[in-house]
Amino acid sequence: MSASEPLIEQFDNGLTVLIEPMADVQSAAFSLLVPAGSVYDPADQAGCASVLADMITRGAGDLDSAGIMSALDSLGLQRSEGAERQHLAFNGATLAENLLPALEIYADVLQCPHLPEEEFEPSVAGAVQSLLAMDDEPRQKVMLELRRRAYPAPWGQPSEGSLAGLELLSCDTVHTHFERFVRPNGAILGIAGNVDPKVLIQQLRELFAGWASKDVPEIELGERGPFRDHIPHESTQTQIGIAFDSIPYRHPDYYQAWAAVSVLSGGSSSRLFTEVREKRGLCYSVYASLTSTRDIARVLCYAGTSSDRAQETLDVTLGELDRIKLGIELEEVRRCQARAKSSLIMQQESSSSRSGSLAHDYYHLGRVVSLPEIRQRIEALTPDSILGYLAQNPPRDYTILTLGPQPLEIPHAVS
Amino acid sequence: MQFHEACLPNGLQVIAEINSSVYSVGVAFVVRTGARDETLDVSGVSHFLEHMAFKGNEKFSADDVNRIFDEVGAKYNAATAEDITVYYAVMLPEYLEPTFELLAALIQPSLRVDDFEMEKKVIIEEIGMYDDQPTFVAYEKAMQLHYARHPLGQSILGTKESITALTAEQMKTYHSARYGAGNVLLVATGNAPWDQIQSLAEKYCAHWAPGMPGRQVHEHISRGGVEQIVRESSQQQHLMQMTMAPAARHPLRNAAELLSVIVGDDSGSRLFWELVDPGHVETAELAYQEFDGSGVFRLFFNGTPETTEENLARVQRVFDDINTNGVTSEELHIAKSKLLSRIVLSGERPMGRLDSLGTHWLYRGAYHSLKQDLDLIRSVTVEQIRDLLTEFPLRQLSTVSVGPRGDLDLG
Repeated sequence: MSASEPLIEQFDNGLTVLIEPMADVQSAAFSLLVPAGSVYDPADQAGCASVLADMITRGAGDLDSAGIMSALDSLGLQRSEGAERQHLAFNGATLAENLLPALEIYADVLQCPHLPEEEFEPSVAGAVQSLLAMDDEPRQKVMLELRRRAYPAPWGQPSEGSLAGLELLSCDTVHTHFERFVRPNGAILGIAGNVDPKVLIQQLRELFAGWASKDVPEIELGERGPFRDHIPHESTQTQIGIAFDSIPYRHPDYYQAWAAVSVLSGGSSSRLFTEVREKRGLCYSVYASLTSTRDIARVLCYAGTSSDRAQETLDVTLGELDRIKLGIELEEVRRCQARAKSSLIMQQESSSSRSGSLAHDYYHLGRVVSLPEIRQRIEALTPDSILGYLAQNPPRDYTILTLGPQPLEIPHAVS
Repeated sequence: MQFHEACLPNGLQVIAEINSSVYSVGVAFVVRTGARDETLDVSGVSHFLEHMAFKGNEKFSADDVNRIFDEVGAKYNAATAEDITVYYAVMLPEYLEPTFELLAALIQPSLRVDDFEMEKKVIIEEIGMYDDQPTFVAYEKAMQLHYARHPLGQSILGTKESITALTAEQMKTYHSARYGAGNVLLVATGNAPWDQIQSLAEKYCAHWAPGMPGRQVHEHISRGGVEQIVRESSQQQHLMQMTMAPAARHPLRNAAELLSVIVGDDSGSRLFWELVDPGHVETAELAYQEFDGSGVFRLFFNGTPETTEENLARVQRVFDDINTNGVTSEELHIAKSKLLSRIVLSGERPMGRLDSLGTHWLYRGAYHSLKQDLDLIRSVTVEQIRDLLTEFPLRQLSTVSVGPRGDLDLG
């Protein structure tokens, strides 16, 4: 692999910029993470960061809300913005020559947004609509509620907030959130695409020079939810969510944990897909996924099935989770390696994938991992290395949540 | 990028766009068949067959198929729509042959009875899963209503009853009728030599039976209508509306694409400012969907049940203004910028080009390079959008609502 080395620079105000040039694409993409996400929401006003993420683009610098939208659209910027748990995240991709003009607008959005009072009510109304819409999608709802139960607060809370929180939220709180938390120190700007890093870094330095750093706030960990729960829901299927502890991305054994989950759920020859869907036809969708904040990680598993087959689905899924520590075939590991290798190589065709990875790596590790280094770590995996990890960290102490017409029985053998 | 085309003696068409500056190769088999080509007694067979393809043939078992795709690290999948069924894989060039062989095997599956009965359970679960998603229910019902007594109104998934009653023999009959080589297009994009694509096609597809069944293609003059589906547990009212739009070969199809961006893109569009920005709804979008011989503008929004009538009135105001006054050149310019950027970004990966090449060839019988795609969008004028609106005014013609209310006043 011949990925170009990224240029990495931390400005005096603490903003870190990572730029990876890609000669074979016409596009450029950015991923801008600002440490002002929903974990900083006041406990009784959950949804504050989400509303701020919406309001912040409703006017900034010389442009009003429509002006910003029209300028970004004219640049052909494909974008998304929103509150995540740790960050306000702004992502965009467009033709490389339009990248800088787009970032000029985001520099204003972060440094001098208008946050107009009259846009507060519409922003809150939109946030309420999003929460109601999620409630109508049972697959999404069960995983959201599973996370709430499996992670300690505030990391388990949905970044979208809550209806009760939005009801109490005031425009002043949103302004305070901006003043206290939207800051360059701890913020990360990952860029990848057909750009000249040396020229671009100079321009970015000027754009963000005036952004003053602020104190770093503390996050207090709260309670997690119950290990067993059922949410009654009138639906055709029963949704099953199962969670257990894992290790975060920056842990030295991360790739062992990743490989164990990949044996369970990476690809159609993985164990959950084979045992739950292919051999028994119990469901259309079943998966496990390793999720990680900087310090806490959980594996979150999902299966959705007809209510009369839900008990069997739960039993078979738990059986597979329990069984993984007993043995892994070399062929299973080779398949994980092949899939990972091809994903890594194909990532180099997409400026959005690369800019996202740069920012993600830097947040979790404080550095960028080169593709050859990831490849080396993946190639070093063996059944024994993964089983060694599982001996120390077997799937156990499951959090089990069901959503559907009836609760299920939890087998006694499950710890 | 270089374009190539060939046709095997059995009728299989092969097209390729070679690009040696990318890291991967994409291969797709696009079959000109889907829910519209089914008779009612086998409703859902196209989609069920797409699942059965992954159960393999005489050489590869179902486990082999799943295992080998993972061994080569391919990204692969299949999808069934109203008038197309597509099987695709994207892989590193070194794995092209084993992946190609497997993908070709999917097109001529054995359809073993025990696999058939097991997969039937999965299909019934899939039907159950979609039944719990209001957006999907609204889409399917809106298609049925808008295309009443027309093949495009036929369900892709079928029903629990039609799938339960379906036999492997019926599926074999359907496969023989619809999967002849002349009804299949092979598309390749990305980093592979044309010679290799040609020789793989000959090696693995030349023995396929010929056959070009065709289909009845006629435009549908929809009478529209209203259907209200009550879901008491639903928090929101989900609205899907359809009205007539240009068919896939209509010269104004690019104008239709741009109009849908101006009126109903997810940001900065007329519906965005009228409905989403003020927080009246969660989502509001207008999409243009083309079919063989037909087309629709599809509107969707979801919001608080009590405000549905007000929101419908807002939609009508947007439509009235567009129908009467057309669009401005500034709006058209911005919509072009958005669309051009999307085409370039998706075209950077072989996966993105597969879709574009396959669709153009199947719907319009032509190859369009990325540059031609961009030029077609650039060439659309305000006057063409005016002509489009004269022929296809925006209307709330076919309406389906899913949510707690069944008493909507829909005029």
